[in-house]
Amino acid sequence: MRTTSPGAAPLVRMSGISMHFPGVKALDDVDFQLFPGEVHALLGENGAGKSTLIKVLTGVYQPTAGTVSVDGVEQKFATPAQAQDAGIATVYQEVNLCPNLSVAENVLLGREPRRAGGIDWRAMRRATREHLAQLNLDLDPASLLSSHSIAVQQLVAIARAMVIDAKVLILDEPTSSLDAGEVERLFTVIRGLQEKQVAILFVSHFLEQVYAISDRLTVLRNGRLVGEFLAADLPRVQLVSKMMGTSIQVLEELESQPMRMARSGDEGAAVLTATGLGRRRSVNPVDLELLPGEVVGMAGLLGSGRTEVARLLYGADHSDSGTLAVKGRSQRVRSPRQALRLGIAFSSESRRTEGLVPDLTLRENIVLGLQARRGWLRRLPRRRVDEIVARYIKELDIRPADPEALVRNLSGGNQQKVLLARWLAMEPDILILDEPTRGIDVGAKAEIQRLVSQLASKGMSVLFISAELEEVLRLSHRIVVMRDRAKVAEIENGDDVGMDTVVELIAGGAKAS
Amino acid sequence: MNVLSRLARHRFTWPLVALAALLLADVLHTPTFLNVRLQDGHLFGGPVDILRNAAPLLLVSLGMTLVIATRGIDLSVGAVLAISGAVACDVIASSSKPGSAGTVLWAIFLGCAICVVLGFGNGFLVAVVRIQPIIATLILMTAGRGIAMLITEGQITTVNSPPFATIGGGFWLGLPAAVIIAGLIFAAVAVGTRRTALGVLVESVGINPEASRLAGVRSTSILLAVYAASGLFAGVAGIMVASNVAAADANNAGLFIELDAILAVVLGGTLLTGGRFSLVGTLIGVLVIQTLTISVTIQGISGSVTPLFKALVVIAVFLLQSPVVRSKLRRRGGTAPPVAVPPALPTPSSDPVTGTAPETGTGPGTGTETDGARAGKVSS
Repeated sequence: MRTTSPGAAPLVRMSGISMHFPGVKALDDVDFQLFPGEVHALLGENGAGKSTLIKVLTGVYQPTAGTVSVDGVEQKFATPAQAQDAGIATVYQEVNLCPNLSVAENVLLGREPRRAGGIDWRAMRRATREHLAQLNLDLDPASLLSSHSIAVQQLVAIARAMVIDAKVLILDEPTSSLDAGEVERLFTVIRGLQEKQVAILFVSHFLEQVYAISDRLTVLRNGRLVGEFLAADLPRVQLVSKMMGTSIQVLEELESQPMRMARSGDEGAAVLTATGLGRRRSVNPVDLELLPGEVVGMAGLLGSGRTEVARLLYGADHSDSGTLAVKGRSQRVRSPRQALRLGIAFSSESRRTEGLVPDLTLRENIVLGLQARRGWLRRLPRRRVDEIVARYIKELDIRPADPEALVRNLSGGNQQKVLLARWLAMEPDILILDEPTRGIDVGAKAEIQRLVSQLASKGMSVLFISAELEEVLRLSHRIVVMRDRAKVAEIENGDDVGMDTVVELIAGGAKAS
Repeated sequence: MNVLSRLARHRFTWPLVALAALLLADVLHTPTFLNVRLQDGHLFGGPVDILRNAAPLLLVSLGMTLVIATRGIDLSVGAVLAISGAVACDVIASSSKPGSAGTVLWAIFLGCAICVVLGFGNGFLVAVVRIQPIIATLILMTAGRGIAMLITEGQITTVNSPPFATIGGGFWLGLPAAVIIAGLIFAAVAVGTRRTALGVLVESVGINPEASRLAGVRSTSILLAVYAASGLFAGVAGIMVASNVAAADANNAGLFIELDAILAVVLGGTLLTGGRFSLVGTLIGVLVIQTLTISVTIQGISGSVTPLFKALVVIAVFLLQSPVVRSKLRRRGGTAPPVAVPPALPTPSSDPVTGTAPETGTGPGTGTETDGARAGKVSS
């Protein structure tokens, strides 16, 4: 049921919102409205002002100008708590819960049922079970939150948000760590809430998902409102061009063109050969071969063992079976340090917790790997550092192009580029990229994809892990499919290989190779 | 105004202001306080006293700075300090030639070596066994004084060894030897961390250990080295302290110095959450704390209330550094520039923020005015 009748009164009306930070106009005269029972997607590239707008709505920021009204009442939220009291609930991109508390404690934190001065644990578990049941979740309320998958934690976060009887639910990138099945489960929950006339503000980088769930779209660019559209009326390519402000042709070209370069034919011997490499309770033994100049895509659902294989190859985890040969020589890779010395680099999927050092500068982050390899005593000469940093800032178009900027202040796409620059500066022969394009905007994504195919054409071997099948298909020469912690298929990519082929393999409908 | 507001935000500004205010209070009380005179080729005077007394704390704080930069903490430095003094004094006292340079050097070496091993042990517990630093070093903090007691057999071991006494009480080139030793070690650490890549690697391990490991940084070795260094510097400080009083007092040598050191590090702008560290900041922090200790003595206040004054100065500096308080002051001050707070920190004895300090009559004449202005800002 899509309610977008213009006659209905909006639940939330934000008008003329401006938000100025010293030196930056994060929002400039933006209007936004949200109707009950609709899913409204807020779209824009990194830095367009989406997060700022959400923070104004949730009381984190007080706008420089403009008004916010909820249910027709003008509100000035001084704190997030006031916004919550007005019925606005938020689930942030990174799950903001306490992993070492139980599910029940998380769901009802601060609203525990009380009895005789203490917490009524039984009532708490019962209430939690009811809240979870509304989302079709069947969990033990007494279990530790950390014992559940990220996807389930995300749903628990939504349950927590809905405890306050929210009229507005804001979901900021809720799907970025979910696999397809989990996304569908989340969408079922969202649709259920929609029926209860909750207004849902949905932020996501995944355009298919935006179209699958949203009724209306609001697009921001550089802090300004581009427009508000009915999802059904705006073709996807046009949407992207509105987000990016570039012409449609360029994008169409970018979207459709396969990026994989033809292989030269005589690749020579494998640079990396894993035979029966595995780790108990983590991933079953896997055979894998990487040829020089080859991009091998790794597809599979979240939790299928993709990341685990990468970590074994890199020595981040220790294998307990199988062998690894690098450039024909058998190796026991016991640490990332050793892997780097063998010419293997690994860019982790969680760039914030396992990649970047947020309080160091762009320059320090880029040369960190190089410097670590040289050892602390032999500091890289400043001039060389500046050369390297300047080169990668230019080549990867990192913004701001300021080597002294703290990495924590960069947008997601630029952070990813800094991380890539770190590995590229080490000139590895084998580059393992785990979800290098997750959570970054369309433009940066295309640049990173182009870079990967360029690197391969220069002879680097790339293991490209991604949840997005399109990019795996577009980039890879060969595709390895993982399912349930095991490698289930390996296929040569070609014109006859399409989404459906791979999806079928992932889902386990067919056996290949 | 712009310069002033930037100055007010600089992390060294308020600790330096506190230092200046303390010195000013001392000068008002004892006008000759800052005079330095040359006597028998040796420098004497208030500033020299401060520096000499600050030397052990500076050493301990240097190690603490590095440990804190890695997200850790070393509570055991006081106990380690006592052990090194006990070892050194024991070696000298049991030697047949307590006055020979060889004996003294051997004693110093042994004292420091044991402390390096102890520091390494701390590092092992933290980096390899992965015990939380506060717990790992708490073990040695409590056990350490017991070890020192074992070495001294429960006595205060006194030594009579002129070369040994030089380290804590003697003069080299007109300056107290302790100041020169601490200065050299400070310079060595500064060069060792900032002219090499060690400083940045320490910071990166402190900010994000896992990312550093995946980037190929040897985080284990760095942690081991940092805790070992902390042990070594505490050891040197222990030798200084023991030499100064020509005795090893296992119970009282370096008592609570770990807390002063943590305070100095934090005053100097290094966050307890790890990451960016500043050795110069630590130096300033140490000077503030030592000046305070001496000021209290000069003003004739019982040494037993020194901790109260430390607390007051620390609270004042932290409040002024805190972004929350500064933005409050700014908002209340209306159009006044952010530095509406007069850039003279009131002496702790008359600090309006806490207001509970006993009036000691040390507040400079202008102090009341600035205090009033500031209090006005807070309440208006």
